[in-house]
Amino acid sequence: MNSIALVDCNNFYVSCERAFQPWLQGKPMVVLSNNDGCVVARSPEAKALGIAMGTPLFRIRDQITQHNIHVFSSNYSLYGDLSQRVMASLQQFSPMVEIYSIDEAFLGLTSNQHHSEYGQLMRRVIKQQVGIPVSVGIAPTKVLAKVAMEVAKRSESGVFCLACGEDAEPILRTMPIGAMWGIGQRLTEWFTARGITTALQFKYADSGLVHRKMGVVGQRLRMELHGIPCLPLELIPKTKHETGVSRSFAEPITTLTDLQTAMAVFVSRAAEKLRRQGQLASVMAVFARTSHFVESPMAIFHTVALPAPTNYTPVLLKWSGAILQVIFRPGYLYKKAGVVMSGLQPMSHRQGDLFDQSLSLEREKQLMDVVDQLNGRFGRDTINFGITRKRQDWRTRCTRRSPRFTTCWDELPTVKAGTFEVTPQSRPLFVILAPDQRGMFSGAPPLGS
Amino acid sequence: MIGFPLMQVVHRLSLYACPVSAGFPSPADDYLEGRLDLNQYLIKHPTATFFVRVTGDSMIGAGIHTGDILIVDRALEARDGKVIIAVVNGELLVKRLRIEKKKVYLASENSDYPPLVITDLMDFEMWGVVTTVIHPL
Repeated sequence: MNSIALVDCNNFYVSCERAFQPWLQGKPMVVLSNNDGCVVARSPEAKALGIAMGTPLFRIRDQITQHNIHVFSSNYSLYGDLSQRVMASLQQFSPMVEIYSIDEAFLGLTSNQHHSEYGQLMRRVIKQQVGIPVSVGIAPTKVLAKVAMEVAKRSESGVFCLACGEDAEPILRTMPIGAMWGIGQRLTEWFTARGITTALQFKYADSGLVHRKMGVVGQRLRMELHGIPCLPLELIPKTKHETGVSRSFAEPITTLTDLQTAMAVFVSRAAEKLRRQGQLASVMAVFARTSHFVESPMAIFHTVALPAPTNYTPVLLKWSGAILQVIFRPGYLYKKAGVVMSGLQPMSHRQGDLFDQSLSLEREKQLMDVVDQLNGRFGRDTINFGITRKRQDWRTRCTRRSPRFTTCWDELPTVKAGTFEVTPQSRPLFVILAPDQRGMFSGAPPLGS
Repeated sequence: MIGFPLMQVVHRLSLYACPVSAGFPSPADDYLEGRLDLNQYLIKHPTATFFVRVTGDSMIGAGIHTGDILIVDRALEARDGKVIIAVVNGELLVKRLRIEKKKVYLASENSDYPPLVITDLMDFEMWGVVTTVIHPL
Protein backbone atom coordinates (compact mmCIF):
# COMPACT_ATOMS: atom_id res chain seq x y z
CA MET A 1 0.00 0.00 0.00
CA ASN A 2 1.17 3.51 -0.73
CA SER A 3 1.97 5.95 2.03
CA ILE A 4 1.91 9.65 2.69
CA ALA A 5 4.85 11.46 4.26
CA LEU A 6 4.25 14.81 5.92
CA VAL A 7 7.40 16.91 6.08
CA ASP A 8 7.27 19.86 8.49
CA CYS A 9 10.08 22.34 9.08
CA ASN A 10 10.86 22.70 12.77
CA ASN A 11 10.14 26.22 14.09
CA PHE A 12 10.58 27.35 10.50
CA TYR A 13 11.21 31.10 10.88
CA VAL A 14 13.58 30.51 13.77
CA SER A 15 15.44 27.85 11.78
CA CYS A 16 15.79 30.24 8.83
CA GLU A 17 17.41 32.84 11.08
CA ARG A 18 19.76 30.24 12.55
CA ALA A 19 20.79 28.84 9.17
CA PHE A 20 22.89 31.95 8.58
CA GLN A 21 23.51 32.99 12.17
CA PRO A 22 24.72 29.78 13.78
CA TRP A 23 25.64 31.53 17.03
CA LEU A 24 21.90 31.70 17.75
CA GLN A 25 21.78 27.92 18.13
CA GLY A 26 20.54 27.04 21.59
CA LYS A 27 19.60 30.64 22.44
CA PRO A 28 16.05 31.67 23.27
CA MET A 29 14.65 33.63 20.32
CA VAL A 30 11.36 34.78 18.85
CA VAL A 31 10.23 36.14 15.48
CA LEU A 32 7.57 38.87 15.38
CA SER A 33 4.66 39.38 13.00
CA ASN A 34 4.47 42.18 10.46
CA ASN A 35 4.95 45.51 12.21
CA ASP A 36 6.60 43.80 15.16
CA GLY A 37 3.20 43.23 16.71
CA CYS A 38 3.27 39.81 18.29
CA VAL A 39 5.22 36.57 18.48
CA VAL A 40 4.73 34.29 15.46
CA ALA A 41 7.64 31.86 15.95
CA ARG A 42 9.57 30.67 18.99
CA SER A 43 12.70 28.64 19.45
CA PRO A 44 12.39 25.63 21.78
CA GLU A 45 14.28 27.65 24.40
CA ALA A 46 11.71 30.46 24.19
CA LYS A 47 8.88 27.93 24.41
CA ALA A 48 10.49 26.54 27.54
CA LEU A 49 10.39 30.04 29.04
CA GLY A 50 6.62 29.92 28.63
CA ILE A 51 6.28 32.48 25.83
CA ALA A 52 3.04 31.71 24.04
CA MET A 53 2.33 31.99 20.32
CA GLY A 54 0.67 35.30 19.49
CA THR A 55 1.84 37.17 22.60
CA PRO A 56 2.15 40.91 21.89
CA LEU A 57 5.70 42.20 22.09
CA PHE A 58 4.95 44.69 24.88
CA ARG A 59 3.79 41.90 27.19
CA ILE A 60 7.16 40.13 27.13
CA ARG A 61 9.57 43.07 27.34
CA ASP A 62 10.63 42.17 30.86
CA GLN A 63 11.25 38.54 29.95
CA ILE A 64 13.29 39.63 26.94
CA THR A 65 15.65 41.62 29.11
CA GLN A 66 15.73 39.09 31.91
CA HIS A 67 16.49 36.02 29.78
CA ASN A 68 18.31 37.82 26.98
CA ILE A 69 15.85 36.62 24.36
CA HIS A 70 16.84 37.47 20.78
CA VAL A 71 14.02 39.22 18.96
CA PHE A 72 13.63 39.36 15.18
CA SER A 73 11.23 41.16 12.87
CA SER A 74 9.91 38.79 10.24
CA ASN A 75 12.14 38.52 7.18
CA TYR A 76 9.81 37.11 4.55
CA SER A 77 12.36 37.45 1.74
CA LEU A 78 14.54 34.96 3.59
CA TYR A 79 11.74 32.63 4.70
CA GLY A 80 10.20 32.58 1.23
CA ASP A 81 13.49 31.71 -0.44
CA LEU A 82 14.36 28.95 2.01
CA SER A 83 10.84 27.56 1.78
CA GLN A 84 11.19 27.30 -2.00
CA ARG A 85 14.52 25.53 -1.57
CA VAL A 86 13.08 23.01 0.90
CA MET A 87 10.14 22.29 -1.42
CA ALA A 88 12.44 21.93 -4.45
CA SER A 89 14.73 19.57 -2.51
CA LEU A 90 11.76 17.39 -1.62
CA GLN A 91 11.16 16.73 -5.32
CA GLN A 92 14.19 14.43 -5.32
CA PHE A 93 12.42 12.11 -2.87
CA SER A 94 9.10 11.78 -4.66
CA PRO A 95 7.53 12.94 -7.89
CA MET A 96 4.36 13.61 -5.90
CA VAL A 97 4.78 16.66 -3.67
CA GLU A 98 1.90 18.77 -2.38
CA ILE A 99 3.10 22.07 -0.95
CA TYR A 100 0.69 22.54 1.92
CA SER A 101 2.05 25.72 3.49
CA ILE A 102 5.25 27.75 3.71
CA ASP A 103 6.79 25.06 5.93
CA GLU A 104 4.83 21.86 5.27
CA ALA A 105 4.51 19.42 2.38
CA PHE A 106 2.87 16.06 1.77
CA LEU A 107 4.78 13.49 -0.30
CA GLY A 108 3.45 10.36 -1.93
CA LEU A 109 5.64 7.31 -1.18
CA THR A 110 5.46 3.88 -2.76
CA SER A 111 5.27 0.71 -0.73
CA ASN A 112 8.68 -0.72 -1.57
CA GLN A 113 10.55 1.96 0.37
CA HIS A 114 11.82 1.47 3.88
CA HIS A 115 9.86 4.37 5.20
CA SER A 116 11.70 5.11 8.42
CA GLU A 117 15.07 5.10 6.73
CA TYR A 118 13.72 7.13 3.85
CA GLY A 119 12.38 9.68 6.33
CA GLN A 120 15.79 9.84 7.98
CA LEU A 121 17.43 10.40 4.61
CA MET A 122 15.08 13.30 3.80
CA ARG A 123 15.85 14.85 7.15
CA ARG A 124 19.60 14.55 6.68
CA VAL A 125 19.59 15.88 3.13
CA ILE A 126 17.36 18.89 3.84
CA LYS A 127 19.40 19.79 6.90
CA GLN A 128 22.71 19.54 5.10
CA GLN A 129 21.71 21.07 1.79
CA VAL A 130 19.32 23.84 2.82
CA GLY A 131 20.22 24.11 6.50
CA ILE A 132 16.68 23.61 7.79
CA PRO A 133 15.80 20.85 10.30
CA VAL A 134 12.58 19.01 9.46
CA SER A 135 10.40 16.34 11.05
CA VAL A 136 8.73 13.58 9.07
CA GLY A 137 5.49 11.74 9.83
CA ILE A 138 4.63 8.79 7.59
CA ALA A 139 1.30 6.96 7.48
CA PRO A 140 -1.25 5.48 5.07
CA THR A 141 -3.38 8.68 5.02
CA LYS A 142 -2.89 12.43 5.38
CA VAL A 143 -4.78 12.63 8.67
CA LEU A 144 -2.71 9.79 10.14
CA ALA A 145 0.46 11.44 8.82
CA LYS A 146 -0.54 14.50 10.86
CA VAL A 147 -0.94 12.22 13.88
CA ALA A 148 2.47 10.65 13.21
CA MET A 149 3.92 14.16 13.00
CA GLU A 150 2.79 14.89 16.56
CA VAL A 151 4.98 12.01 17.70
CA ALA A 152 7.85 12.73 15.29
CA LYS A 153 8.17 16.29 16.58
CA ARG A 154 8.66 15.11 20.13
CA SER A 155 10.98 12.24 19.28
CA GLU A 156 14.74 12.30 19.22
CA SER A 157 14.92 10.90 15.69
CA GLY A 158 12.41 13.37 14.19
CA VAL A 159 10.78 10.62 12.14
CA PHE A 160 7.75 8.52 13.00
CA CYS A 161 5.96 5.89 10.95
CA LEU A 162 2.50 4.44 11.30
CA ALA A 163 2.09 1.30 9.19
CA CYS A 164 -1.70 1.13 9.56
CA GLY A 165 -4.70 2.66 11.30
CA GLU A 166 -4.52 0.34 14.32
CA ASP A 167 -0.95 1.43 15.06
CA ALA A 168 -2.21 4.93 15.72
CA GLU A 169 -4.64 3.95 18.46
CA PRO A 170 -2.34 4.32 21.48
CA ILE A 171 -1.58 7.86 20.28
CA LEU A 172 -5.19 8.72 19.50
CA ARG A 173 -6.18 7.59 22.99
CA THR A 174 -4.18 10.39 24.59
CA MET A 175 -4.74 12.94 21.86
CA PRO A 176 -7.35 15.59 22.75
CA ILE A 177 -9.89 15.99 19.98
CA GLY A 178 -8.97 19.66 19.62
CA ALA A 179 -5.44 18.70 18.59
CA MET A 180 -6.78 16.91 15.51
CA TRP A 181 -6.33 18.32 12.06
CA GLY A 182 -9.54 20.09 11.00
CA ILE A 183 -11.14 20.22 14.44
CA GLY A 184 -11.27 23.80 15.65
CA GLN A 185 -12.43 25.47 18.83
CA ARG A 186 -16.16 25.28 18.09
CA LEU A 187 -16.17 21.63 17.02
CA THR A 188 -14.06 20.74 20.06
CA GLU A 189 -16.70 22.26 22.33
CA TRP A 190 -19.53 20.56 20.46
CA PHE A 191 -17.94 17.10 20.62
CA THR A 192 -16.78 17.54 24.21
CA ALA A 193 -20.35 18.34 25.23
CA ARG A 194 -21.29 14.96 23.76
CA GLY A 195 -18.59 13.08 25.63
CA ILE A 196 -16.17 12.83 22.74
CA THR A 197 -12.92 14.24 24.08
CA THR A 198 -10.15 12.20 22.46
CA ALA A 199 -9.23 11.49 18.85
CA LEU A 200 -9.82 7.79 19.50
CA GLN A 201 -13.40 8.46 20.64
CA PHE A 202 -13.89 10.48 17.48
CA LYS A 203 -12.61 7.59 15.39
CA TYR A 204 -15.28 5.29 16.84
CA ALA A 205 -17.98 7.93 17.21
CA ASP A 206 -21.41 7.34 15.73
CA SER A 207 -21.13 7.94 12.01
CA GLY A 208 -24.54 9.68 11.89
CA LEU A 209 -23.52 12.08 14.65
CA VAL A 210 -20.31 13.08 12.87
CA HIS A 211 -22.13 13.43 9.59
CA ARG A 212 -24.85 15.59 11.12
CA LYS A 213 -22.31 18.04 12.52
CA MET A 214 -19.52 18.02 9.97
CA GLY A 215 -21.03 16.53 6.83
CA VAL A 216 -18.82 14.74 4.37
CA VAL A 217 -15.73 16.51 5.71
CA GLY A 218 -16.15 14.79 9.06
CA GLN A 219 -16.78 11.44 7.43
CA ARG A 220 -13.55 11.73 5.47
CA LEU A 221 -11.64 12.67 8.60
CA ARG A 222 -12.97 9.57 10.35
CA MET A 223 -12.23 7.28 7.40
CA GLU A 224 -8.69 8.62 7.21
CA LEU A 225 -8.22 7.82 10.91
CA HIS A 226 -9.24 4.24 10.04
CA GLY A 227 -6.46 4.21 7.45
CA ILE A 228 -8.67 4.62 4.39
CA PRO A 229 -7.33 7.42 2.16
CA CYS A 230 -10.00 10.01 1.34
CA LEU A 231 -7.89 13.12 0.88
CA PRO A 232 -5.76 12.76 -2.25
CA LEU A 233 -2.56 14.72 -2.75
CA GLU A 234 -3.21 18.01 -4.49
CA LEU A 235 -0.32 18.21 -6.89
CA ILE A 236 -1.56 21.20 -8.86
CA PRO A 237 -1.70 24.35 -6.76
CA LYS A 238 -5.21 25.74 -6.49
CA THR A 239 -5.75 28.92 -8.43
CA LYS A 240 -6.35 31.80 -6.10
CA HIS A 241 -9.78 33.36 -6.06
CA GLU A 242 -8.73 36.43 -4.18
CA THR A 243 -5.58 38.33 -3.53
CA GLY A 244 -5.03 41.24 -1.22
CA VAL A 245 -2.60 43.47 0.58
CA SER A 246 -3.22 45.17 3.90
CA ARG A 247 -1.12 46.67 6.66
CA SER A 248 -1.48 48.22 10.07
CA PHE A 249 0.08 51.62 10.45
CA ALA A 250 2.70 52.27 13.08
CA GLU A 251 1.29 55.81 13.42
CA PRO A 252 -2.40 56.22 12.64
CA ILE A 253 -3.34 58.08 9.47
CA THR A 254 -5.70 61.04 9.67
CA THR A 255 -5.79 62.73 6.28
CA LEU A 256 -7.22 61.70 2.94
CA THR A 257 -3.95 62.33 1.09
CA ASP A 258 -1.97 60.10 3.40
CA LEU A 259 -4.54 57.37 3.18
CA GLN A 260 -4.55 57.60 -0.61
CA THR A 261 -0.77 57.37 -0.63
CA ALA A 262 -0.73 54.33 1.60
CA MET A 263 -3.50 52.72 -0.43
CA ALA A 264 -1.53 53.38 -3.63
CA VAL A 265 1.33 51.26 -2.29
CA PHE A 266 -1.03 48.43 -1.37
CA VAL A 267 -2.73 48.59 -4.76
CA SER A 268 0.66 48.55 -6.55
CA ARG A 269 1.68 45.47 -4.55
CA ALA A 270 -1.62 43.73 -5.20
CA ALA A 271 -1.36 44.47 -8.92
CA GLU A 272 2.17 43.08 -8.89
CA LYS A 273 0.88 39.90 -7.25
CA LEU A 274 -1.85 39.58 -9.86
CA ARG A 275 0.68 39.86 -12.66
CA ARG A 276 2.98 37.33 -11.06
CA GLN A 277 0.04 34.91 -10.82
CA GLY A 278 -0.93 35.68 -14.41
CA GLN A 279 -4.33 36.95 -13.33
CA LEU A 280 -6.70 39.86 -13.89
CA ALA A 281 -9.09 41.27 -11.30
CA SER A 282 -12.64 42.19 -12.12
CA VAL A 283 -13.58 43.42 -8.64
CA MET A 284 -11.62 45.63 -6.28
CA ALA A 285 -12.46 46.37 -2.65
CA VAL A 286 -10.68 49.00 -0.56
CA PHE A 287 -11.06 49.44 3.16
CA ALA A 288 -9.67 51.40 6.08
CA ARG A 289 -10.48 51.16 9.74
CA THR A 290 -9.70 52.58 13.12
CA SER A 291 -8.25 50.49 15.92
CA HIS A 292 -10.63 47.91 17.42
CA PHE A 293 -9.65 49.16 20.83
CA VAL A 294 -10.95 52.72 20.66
CA GLU A 295 -14.27 53.83 22.09
CA SER A 296 -16.19 53.82 18.82
CA PRO A 297 -14.40 51.75 16.20
CA MET A 298 -15.24 52.68 12.62
CA ALA A 299 -14.51 51.24 9.20
CA ILE A 300 -14.92 52.52 5.68
CA PHE A 301 -15.30 50.02 2.88
CA HIS A 302 -16.24 50.04 -0.76
CA THR A 303 -16.28 47.50 -3.56
CA VAL A 304 -16.21 48.36 -7.22
CA ALA A 305 -16.69 46.17 -10.28
CA LEU A 306 -14.01 47.21 -12.74
CA PRO A 307 -15.22 48.07 -16.27
CA ALA A 308 -12.89 45.41 -17.67
CA PRO A 309 -10.74 42.86 -15.83
CA THR A 310 -7.25 44.27 -15.40
CA ASN A 311 -3.97 44.12 -13.52
CA TYR A 312 -2.71 47.42 -14.90
CA THR A 313 -1.52 49.48 -11.96
CA PRO A 314 -2.45 52.97 -13.25
CA VAL A 315 -6.08 51.99 -13.80
CA LEU A 316 -6.34 50.37 -10.38
CA LEU A 317 -4.70 53.40 -8.75
CA LYS A 318 -7.20 55.71 -10.41
CA TRP A 319 -10.05 53.68 -8.95
CA SER A 320 -8.66 53.33 -5.45
CA GLY A 321 -7.95 57.06 -5.25
CA ALA A 322 -11.44 57.91 -6.43
CA ILE A 323 -13.12 55.48 -4.05
CA LEU A 324 -11.29 56.88 -1.04
CA GLN A 325 -12.24 60.38 -2.12
CA VAL A 326 -15.88 59.38 -1.79
CA ILE A 327 -15.86 57.19 1.30
CA PHE A 328 -13.21 58.97 3.41
CA ARG A 329 -14.48 60.31 6.72
CA PRO A 330 -12.32 62.92 8.40
CA GLY A 331 -11.78 63.07 12.14
CA TYR A 332 -10.78 59.45 12.65
CA LEU A 333 -7.46 57.78 13.39
CA TYR A 334 -7.08 55.11 10.72
CA LYS A 335 -5.01 52.23 12.02
CA LYS A 336 -5.26 49.73 9.19
CA ALA A 337 -6.10 49.75 5.49
CA GLY A 338 -5.94 47.44 2.54
CA VAL A 339 -7.19 46.30 -0.81
CA VAL A 340 -8.69 43.00 -1.94
CA MET A 341 -8.80 41.97 -5.58
CA SER A 342 -11.37 39.34 -6.54
CA GLY A 343 -13.23 37.95 -9.50
CA LEU A 344 -9.86 36.77 -10.72
CA GLN A 345 -9.39 35.24 -14.13
CA PRO A 346 -6.36 34.06 -16.04
CA MET A 347 -4.69 36.64 -18.27
CA SER A 348 -4.80 34.21 -21.16
CA HIS A 349 -8.61 34.39 -21.14
CA ARG A 350 -8.74 38.14 -21.48
CA GLN A 351 -11.68 39.18 -23.62
CA GLY A 352 -11.50 42.17 -25.85
CA ASP A 353 -14.38 44.58 -25.44
CA LEU A 354 -16.62 45.98 -28.08
CA PHE A 355 -14.28 48.85 -28.86
CA ASP A 356 -11.18 46.95 -29.65
CA GLN A 357 -8.36 47.94 -27.31
CA SER A 358 -6.02 45.07 -27.87
CA LEU A 359 -3.22 47.31 -29.00
CA SER A 360 -3.36 49.44 -25.87
CA LEU A 361 -3.77 46.31 -23.73
CA GLU A 362 -0.58 44.99 -25.21
CA ARG A 363 1.16 48.29 -24.46
CA GLU A 364 -0.08 48.18 -20.88
CA LYS A 365 1.29 44.70 -20.54
CA GLN A 366 4.67 45.69 -21.93
CA LEU A 367 4.92 48.65 -19.56
CA MET A 368 4.04 46.48 -16.55
CA ASP A 369 6.52 43.81 -17.67
CA VAL A 370 9.28 46.39 -17.72
CA VAL A 371 8.29 47.72 -14.29
CA ASP A 372 8.20 44.22 -12.80
CA GLN A 373 11.51 43.22 -14.37
CA LEU A 374 13.29 46.33 -13.10
CA ASN A 375 11.89 45.88 -9.63
CA GLY A 376 12.79 42.21 -9.75
CA ARG A 377 16.35 42.93 -10.72
CA PHE A 378 17.15 46.03 -8.69
CA GLY A 379 14.88 45.57 -5.71
CA ARG A 380 11.34 46.51 -4.85
CA ASP A 381 10.23 50.05 -5.59
CA THR A 382 13.16 50.77 -7.89
CA ILE A 383 10.48 52.31 -10.00
CA ASN A 384 6.98 52.95 -8.81
CA PHE A 385 4.14 55.36 -9.27
CA GLY A 386 4.55 58.94 -8.10
CA ILE A 387 1.72 58.88 -5.63
CA THR A 388 3.29 56.08 -3.61
CA ARG A 389 6.29 58.25 -2.72
CA LYS A 390 4.51 61.05 -0.93
CA ARG A 391 4.74 59.75 2.58
CA GLN A 392 6.84 56.93 3.92
CA ASP A 393 6.75 56.88 7.67
CA TRP A 394 3.73 54.61 8.07
CA ARG A 395 5.52 51.79 6.31
CA THR A 396 6.05 48.42 7.87
CA ARG A 397 7.90 48.65 11.13
CA CYS A 398 10.53 45.99 11.20
CA THR A 399 13.49 47.39 13.01
CA ARG A 400 14.87 44.03 14.04
CA ARG A 401 14.88 42.35 10.67
CA SER A 402 17.94 40.23 9.91
CA PRO A 403 19.73 40.69 6.56
CA ARG A 404 18.10 39.22 3.45
CA PHE A 405 20.90 36.65 3.25
CA THR A 406 19.81 34.90 0.07
CA THR A 407 18.03 37.54 -1.99
CA CYS A 408 20.12 40.70 -1.74
CA TRP A 409 23.75 41.17 -2.83
CA ASP A 410 24.39 43.79 -0.16
CA GLU A 411 23.22 41.55 2.65
CA LEU A 412 25.02 38.25 2.01
CA PRO A 413 26.17 36.30 5.05
CA THR A 414 29.81 36.97 5.91
CA VAL A 415 32.32 34.21 6.47
CA LYS A 416 35.49 34.87 8.37
CA ALA A 417 38.95 34.22 6.96
CA GLY A 418 41.00 34.94 10.05
CA THR A 419 41.70 34.04 13.64
CA PHE A 420 39.24 32.07 15.68
CA GLU A 421 37.21 33.72 18.33
CA VAL A 422 36.70 31.44 21.24
CA THR A 423 33.65 33.23 22.55
CA PRO A 424 31.45 34.86 19.95
CA GLN A 425 29.13 36.03 22.74
CA SER A 426 30.11 39.65 22.43
CA ARG A 427 28.87 39.82 18.84
CA PRO A 428 26.11 42.30 18.07
CA LEU A 429 22.88 40.65 17.09
CA PHE A 430 23.27 41.76 13.50
CA VAL A 431 24.32 44.70 11.44
CA ILE A 432 22.48 45.72 8.30
CA LEU A 433 25.36 46.12 5.90
CA ALA A 434 23.88 48.64 3.52
CA PRO A 435 21.14 51.05 4.50
CA ASP A 436 17.99 50.45 2.59
CA GLN A 437 17.34 52.78 -0.33
CA ARG A 438 14.34 54.09 1.48
CA GLY A 439 16.22 54.41 4.72
CA MET A 440 13.64 52.10 6.25
CA PHE A 441 15.83 49.90 8.31
CA SER A 442 18.12 51.49 10.75
CA GLY A 443 19.69 48.28 12.02
CA ALA A 444 18.45 48.96 15.51
CA PRO A 445 20.32 47.38 18.40
CA PRO A 446 18.83 44.27 19.94
CA LEU A 447 16.16 44.73 22.53
CA GLY A 448 17.38 44.82 26.05
CA SER A 449 20.86 45.98 25.26
CA MET B 1 -9.63 41.27 -31.37
CA ILE B 2 -7.96 41.54 -34.75
CA GLY B 3 -4.90 43.37 -33.53
CA PHE B 4 -4.17 41.05 -30.63
CA PRO B 5 -2.89 37.88 -32.37
CA LEU B 6 -0.90 40.06 -34.72
CA MET B 7 1.00 41.60 -31.83
CA GLN B 8 1.81 38.13 -30.57
CA VAL B 9 3.34 37.17 -33.88
CA VAL B 10 5.55 40.25 -33.87
CA HIS B 11 6.68 39.27 -30.41
CA ARG B 12 7.68 35.82 -31.42
CA LEU B 13 9.72 37.00 -34.39
CA SER B 14 11.71 39.41 -32.28
CA LEU B 15 13.54 36.43 -30.81
CA TYR B 16 15.29 35.76 -34.07
CA ALA B 17 18.28 37.55 -35.43
CA CYS B 18 16.29 39.29 -38.13
CA PRO B 19 12.61 39.56 -38.94
CA VAL B 20 11.32 37.55 -41.86
CA SER B 21 9.88 40.64 -43.52
CA ALA B 22 13.40 41.96 -44.16
CA GLY B 23 14.01 39.56 -47.00
CA PHE B 24 16.43 36.66 -46.71
CA PRO B 25 16.52 35.16 -43.24
CA SER B 26 19.86 35.27 -41.50
CA PRO B 27 21.79 32.05 -42.20
CA ALA B 28 22.66 31.99 -38.50
CA ASP B 29 19.03 31.59 -37.42
CA ASP B 30 19.23 27.80 -37.52
CA TYR B 31 22.21 27.89 -35.20
CA LEU B 32 20.83 30.06 -32.42
CA GLU B 33 21.59 28.29 -29.17
CA GLY B 34 20.80 30.84 -26.51
CA ARG B 35 23.26 32.91 -24.51
CA LEU B 36 25.83 31.36 -22.24
CA ASP B 37 24.46 31.26 -18.74
CA LEU B 38 26.91 31.67 -15.85
CA ASN B 39 24.37 30.34 -13.38
CA GLN B 40 24.17 27.13 -15.31
CA TYR B 41 27.96 26.91 -15.56
CA LEU B 42 28.78 27.66 -11.93
CA ILE B 43 25.82 26.25 -10.02
CA LYS B 44 25.21 22.51 -10.16
CA HIS B 45 22.75 22.29 -7.26
CA PRO B 46 20.63 25.47 -7.25
CA THR B 47 18.59 24.62 -4.15
CA ALA B 48 21.74 23.89 -2.12
CA THR B 49 23.88 26.77 -3.39
CA PHE B 50 24.42 29.97 -1.42
CA PHE B 51 26.59 33.07 -1.79
CA VAL B 52 28.67 34.39 1.09
CA ARG B 53 31.02 37.34 1.45
CA VAL B 54 34.57 36.98 2.79
CA THR B 55 36.09 39.11 5.48
CA GLY B 56 39.76 38.60 6.41
CA ASP B 57 42.95 37.52 4.66
CA SER B 58 43.72 34.05 6.02
CA MET B 59 42.86 32.38 2.69
CA ILE B 60 44.82 34.70 0.46
CA GLY B 61 47.05 31.84 -0.78
CA ALA B 62 43.96 30.20 -2.27
CA GLY B 63 43.10 33.40 -4.12
CA ILE B 64 40.37 34.35 -1.65
CA HIS B 65 40.52 38.02 -0.67
CA THR B 66 38.53 40.08 1.74
CA GLY B 67 35.33 41.34 0.11
CA ASP B 68 35.16 38.45 -2.40
CA ILE B 69 31.97 36.48 -2.92
CA LEU B 70 32.18 32.70 -2.64
CA ILE B 71 29.81 30.24 -4.25
CA VAL B 72 29.08 27.54 -1.70
CA ASP B 73 27.51 24.20 -2.62
CA ARG B 74 26.03 22.46 0.39
CA ALA B 75 25.19 19.31 -1.57
CA LEU B 76 28.85 18.40 -2.15
CA GLU B 77 30.78 16.12 0.13
CA ALA B 78 33.57 17.83 2.06
CA ARG B 79 36.77 15.91 1.38
CA ASP B 80 40.40 16.35 2.29
CA GLY B 81 41.87 19.36 0.51
CA LYS B 82 38.57 21.10 -0.25
CA VAL B 83 38.02 24.71 0.69
CA ILE B 84 35.00 24.63 2.96
CA ILE B 85 32.72 26.78 5.06
CA ALA B 86 32.57 25.43 8.59
CA VAL B 87 30.72 26.50 11.71
CA VAL B 88 33.15 26.61 14.63
CA ASN B 89 31.79 27.74 17.96
CA GLY B 90 28.87 29.45 16.27
CA GLU B 91 30.92 31.28 13.68
CA LEU B 92 31.07 30.82 9.89
CA LEU B 93 34.66 30.31 8.74
CA VAL B 94 36.29 29.67 5.37
CA LYS B 95 39.20 27.21 5.63
CA ARG B 96 40.88 24.34 3.83
CA LEU B 97 39.81 20.99 5.21
CA ARG B 98 42.57 18.53 6.06
CA ILE B 99 41.85 14.98 7.11
CA GLU B 100 44.85 12.92 8.22
CA LYS B 101 44.28 9.48 9.68
CA LYS B 102 42.06 10.33 12.61
CA LYS B 103 42.89 13.98 12.87
CA VAL B 104 40.75 16.67 11.27
CA TYR B 105 42.05 20.19 11.02
CA LEU B 106 41.25 23.44 9.31
CA ALA B 107 44.18 25.02 7.52
CA SER B 108 44.65 28.59 6.42
CA GLU B 109 46.39 29.74 3.25
CA ASN B 110 48.45 32.38 4.99
CA SER B 111 51.46 31.65 7.19
CA ASP B 112 50.26 34.21 9.77
CA TYR B 113 47.43 31.88 10.75
CA PRO B 114 48.14 28.51 12.39
CA PRO B 115 45.93 25.52 11.54
CA LEU B 116 43.07 24.72 13.88
CA VAL B 117 42.74 21.14 15.06
CA ILE B 118 39.15 20.12 15.55
CA THR B 119 38.56 18.46 18.90
CA ASP B 120 35.51 16.87 20.44
CA LEU B 121 35.22 19.84 22.76
CA MET B 122 34.54 22.18 19.87
CA ASP B 123 31.17 22.97 18.46
CA PHE B 124 31.96 22.04 14.85
CA GLU B 125 29.70 21.63 11.84
CA MET B 126 30.41 21.33 8.13
CA TRP B 127 28.39 24.03 6.35
CA GLY B 128 29.31 23.66 2.68
CA VAL B 129 31.98 23.30 0.03
CA VAL B 130 33.33 26.38 -1.76
CA THR B 131 33.29 25.84 -5.51
CA THR B 132 34.15 29.28 -6.90
CA VAL B 133 35.60 32.65 -5.88
CA ILE B 134 34.16 35.77 -7.44
CA HIS B 135 36.99 38.28 -7.30
CA PRO B 136 36.76 41.59 -9.13
CA LEU B 137 40.02 42.81 -10.65
